[in-house]
Amino acid sequence: MASISLEDVEYAAELARLDLQPAEKEALVDQLGRILQYIGKLNELDTEGVEPTSHVLTIQNVFRKDRADEPMDRDDALRLAPDASGAFFQAPKVIE
Amino acid sequence: MKYETVIGLEIHAELNTNAKLFTWTENRFGGEPNTRIDPITLGMPGVLPVLNKKAVDYTILAGLAMECAIQPYSKFDRKHYFYPDLPKGYQISQYDLPIAKNGMVEYELNGETRSCRIRRIHLEEDAGKLIHAEGGANVSWVDYNRSCVPLIEIVGEPDLRSSDEAVAYWRAVKEILEYAEVSDCNMEEGSFRCDANISLRPVGSKTLGSRAELKNMNSFKFVQTALEYEIRRQTRILDGGGTVDQETRLFDPAKGTTRAMRSKEEASDYRYFPEPDLVPLVIDDSWVEDARGLLPELPRARRKRLEDEYGVNAQTAKALTAEKAFADYYEKTAKTCGDPTGAANWVQGDLIGMLRAENRSIHDSPVKPEQLGALIKMINDGSISGRMAKEALDEMMKTGKPAQQVVQERGFIQVSDESAIDEWARQVIEENPDAAEKIRAGNDRAIGFLVGQMMKLSRGKANPKLANAALRKALED
Repeated sequence: MASISLEDVEYAAELARLDLQPAEKEALVDQLGRILQYIGKLNELDTEGVEPTSHVLTIQNVFRKDRADEPMDRDDALRLAPDASGAFFQAPKVIE
Repeated sequence: MKYETVIGLEIHAELNTNAKLFTWTENRFGGEPNTRIDPITLGMPGVLPVLNKKAVDYTILAGLAMECAIQPYSKFDRKHYFYPDLPKGYQISQYDLPIAKNGMVEYELNGETRSCRIRRIHLEEDAGKLIHAEGGANVSWVDYNRSCVPLIEIVGEPDLRSSDEAVAYWRAVKEILEYAEVSDCNMEEGSFRCDANISLRPVGSKTLGSRAELKNMNSFKFVQTALEYEIRRQTRILDGGGTVDQETRLFDPAKGTTRAMRSKEEASDYRYFPEPDLVPLVIDDSWVEDARGLLPELPRARRKRLEDEYGVNAQTAKALTAEKAFADYYEKTAKTCGDPTGAANWVQGDLIGMLRAENRSIHDSPVKPEQLGALIKMINDGSISGRMAKEALDEMMKTGKPAQQVVQERGFIQVSDESAIDEWARQVIEENPDAAEKIRAGNDRAIGFLVGQMMKLSRGKANPKLANAALRKALED
């Protein structure tokens, strides 16, 4: 049955930018492993010829008209940001 | 060893809808930083994106223009990566069920028609723009005006065998999108850009070599230079017995070289999953047929028609159709003046030259095609000389005045002094006794010829109405 390794947890944490302590990683190996095992039960079903489900709702084709309207106030937006400078949002530098 | 180059392009084009892809904010280039934003553009928690139907219409049009099969069922997916230009931590894109698949684009190179297959065209949102602080400040600034702008990605099969083919194909795609009027394809503004996958393999081999992906190029020259550099680099590696790393590389326009991106800059595990906030997209036949009805004549067809209908040669037809607006301008001019060859010469020659000198595009030419047509007509009926017409066009370009007015104001025509005109009329009749005889015998059409001769004699300055009257009077005498 499905299980998850310490490396899997570390890889997923890296992708999610999560800084995990060793004890947290251990706990996640166990917890995520059990989640996968539980979900893995679905594999016992015969799904031959069944289209993959991407949405559980039966609605389709919900659209907005191509009409431009007032934008949001910049100062309001910048005030909500963790960091801003002048007219810009500010983030830690991403290239050296 | 001899290698064969294998290139595939992924072309990105921003769609010119009024509003953004999933929200109401205006979709327009530029503007003060962060003035085209809203909670959806900024990816705030709890907001609900709703798909702009026009963006779907445009994607269908692009698909049809590239001979794709429009897919009856498609959906959107989240593509995850962390970068500050992406406020949500994922981009809404399409993974396994794109809107269009299996198309083809024909292009010309060295007078030959070639083709490149299209694997798929999908619709996604663009990201914001980053500005990296110079010097000591360890920060990047983000402008989200471009975030959530509709973008199509056109994924071509690796059918291209040289940098020349890649550029010619890319140009053809640009022309098609411009003709279909779904994208401005403004390369300076970044609304039309491409990534290139390139690998080499020994001639005769059927398996693909490992490839480098060149990111984010927005000029034909960059693509050409970058690909040629890569061909040299990979040849060197393979000749030395090495293997090419499968990696993402960045083109450095200043040096004309490419360099590997650091792995930190490259996220290869996007963890796609279906976007739960957007419902599936079902495109039925009638929608596709409606779109097909909106599809304009495409560049290759138009080229052919210009050759057939206006009798211009292949080279001229190609030049005239490079831009839809240019071809439209030409056709209007030709129709107004009834002289397709003259129109082609003026449009391609003086008009475009003057526009370039003033740094204007054909779209905002102060001289409208009807006016250029009127001017050409005046040359052809002998009212003005070619030299005068050039001066007049220059003036029309500067003032925006109609041809007739400029020609009159500048006194290019209309010598109305009756004695001068009578004198020219006498002289013309004397020099052309045959024509004069025909008119006297009742063939009124020959008068046009004599008027033309008078124009020639007066260097285009005789007032044609008076000239006509003077001729008739002189012939009766």
